[in-house]
Amino acid sequence: MRLMNHFPGRPGAVALAMLPFVLVLAAYAIGSDIRLTANPADKLLPAPGTIWDTAIRLFTEPDRRSQEILLWKDTFASLARLLGGVAISALIAMIIGMAIGILPYARSGLSGFVAVLSMVPPLALLPILFIVFGLGEVSKIVLIVIGITPFMTRDLSQRVLDIPREQFVKAQTLGASTWVVALNVVLPQLLPRLISNVRLSLGSAWLFLIAAEAVASNVGLGYRIFLVRRYLAMDVILTYVIWITLLAFVVDWLLKTLSRKAFPWMEAGL
Amino acid sequence: MSFVEVSNVWQAYGDRSILERVNVTIDEGEFISIVGASGCGKSTFLRMLLAEETPKKGTIRIDGGEPAVEPNPERGVVFQRYSVFPHLTVRENLVAGEGFATFWGRLFGAQRRAAVERADEMLERIGLNHVADQFPASLSGGMQQRLAIGQALTAKPRVLLLDEPFGALDPGTRLRMHAFLQELRAETNMTVFMVTHDLEEGFKLGDRCLVFDKPRWDPHDPGRYGATITYDFDARNNGIPFQTTKETENVVHAATA
Repeated sequence: MRLMNHFPGRPGAVALAMLPFVLVLAAYAIGSDIRLTANPADKLLPAPGTIWDTAIRLFTEPDRRSQEILLWKDTFASLARLLGGVAISALIAMIIGMAIGILPYARSGLSGFVAVLSMVPPLALLPILFIVFGLGEVSKIVLIVIGITPFMTRDLSQRVLDIPREQFVKAQTLGASTWVVALNVVLPQLLPRLISNVRLSLGSAWLFLIAAEAVASNVGLGYRIFLVRRYLAMDVILTYVIWITLLAFVVDWLLKTLSRKAFPWMEAGL
Repeated sequence: MSFVEVSNVWQAYGDRSILERVNVTIDEGEFISIVGASGCGKSTFLRMLLAEETPKKGTIRIDGGEPAVEPNPERGVVFQRYSVFPHLTVRENLVAGEGFATFWGRLFGAQRRAAVERADEMLERIGLNHVADQFPASLSGGMQQRLAIGQALTAKPRVLLLDEPFGALDPGTRLRMHAFLQELRAETNMTVFMVTHDLEEGFKLGDRCLVFDKPRWDPHDPGRYGATITYDFDARNNGIPFQTTKETENVVHAATA
């Protein structure tokens, strides 16, 4: 039988899914062990046990000076920026995307502009943003918005154009105005696309967030990582990296679940 | 009295002529089948009836009104696919047939309850009441087309346009849909245009069968001349208008052919 026709069983599939994680952990543990036997004071690859102890400390013990648990403070600050930025982007992308998809005039006027805009490297604009919007929250949120909105807009306008032409004609023969078509035909069919779109954009959003926090901030996950880098505190950095990965995964999972719950008609055909 | 009046209609896309000199008048309540080879402009003709596109020359009037420039509720339409809204349940699709004409695109309160009641009657009529709360994607092709026809009728159009409505269905379902459509027509006596590539279907369902073809053909420039109506058959009585034959031998019956 051909290799492409071999399928793993259920237990086999679960084991295979776990395998890469186990391998990476094992490789890290071995590498860390080799370095620590050679030099017990090595900071580059702290032992998994050390990372665990650090993680417990970071999650539970308040800072000696401010009496606040910094990890949670960083988490809330970063999530607020991230979700704020993504929400604003989603709203803008939704409105412009629908306009481009539905109105020929908006399509002629905007689609080229959005295409060019999406080529501008957002990180190159970061200094300008800091100069214009200061070092506060605004510049970080604006970076996320500038970074992901053009792509989201392009994708969403394409999704509108993917809606079969027949539906637009049908709606018109039922007496629908442009506004009713936008509200009752396009918008409901675009929302699930928006969610998958947001899921894809979250990766870049995290990138822009951490970049902005690394450059100028006083709280936030990215700020903390770049702060403790100076002390080569790899155990802290690794804890934060794993925590960010976990947060990203949970947000993605929540969006996926929401999409499935809120739009049963998407799955009805499958 | 002619109800739909097509006078001297020409259509071309760029240099390519599609239709030329199309003249036809249709009485109220007639069922017109439109047949022809692929690319002969029959779908273009339907799109112009629908006012999705406007002819380059000539006019199409319904009941003496002004030529339409965009699709409107006078014209109901059922396409081969994608005619129903996938994000609305079967019942909501029918309610949308009334609600879309309002400002918000939906009805509220007593109006909505009345619309839902009428939708349920329609569901009964098109035999879909057992799937009222399902989404179209979970229906079979035939059920989706019945829903599409029901939805088009809900908006009470003056002419119903069908663009190869049964083209994607299997033969058994297609026959049942023919029966359904004939029943519906007997009840409503609506003016119907149906584009089909199935001659038998065209003659079976239609009162008249319009054939589109190119009368002139330039072998060096196939896009030079457009198609027009080359035959206008009376399709009643199985397409044999001048004799009601009782013979069974040496006679081709359209229903059995």
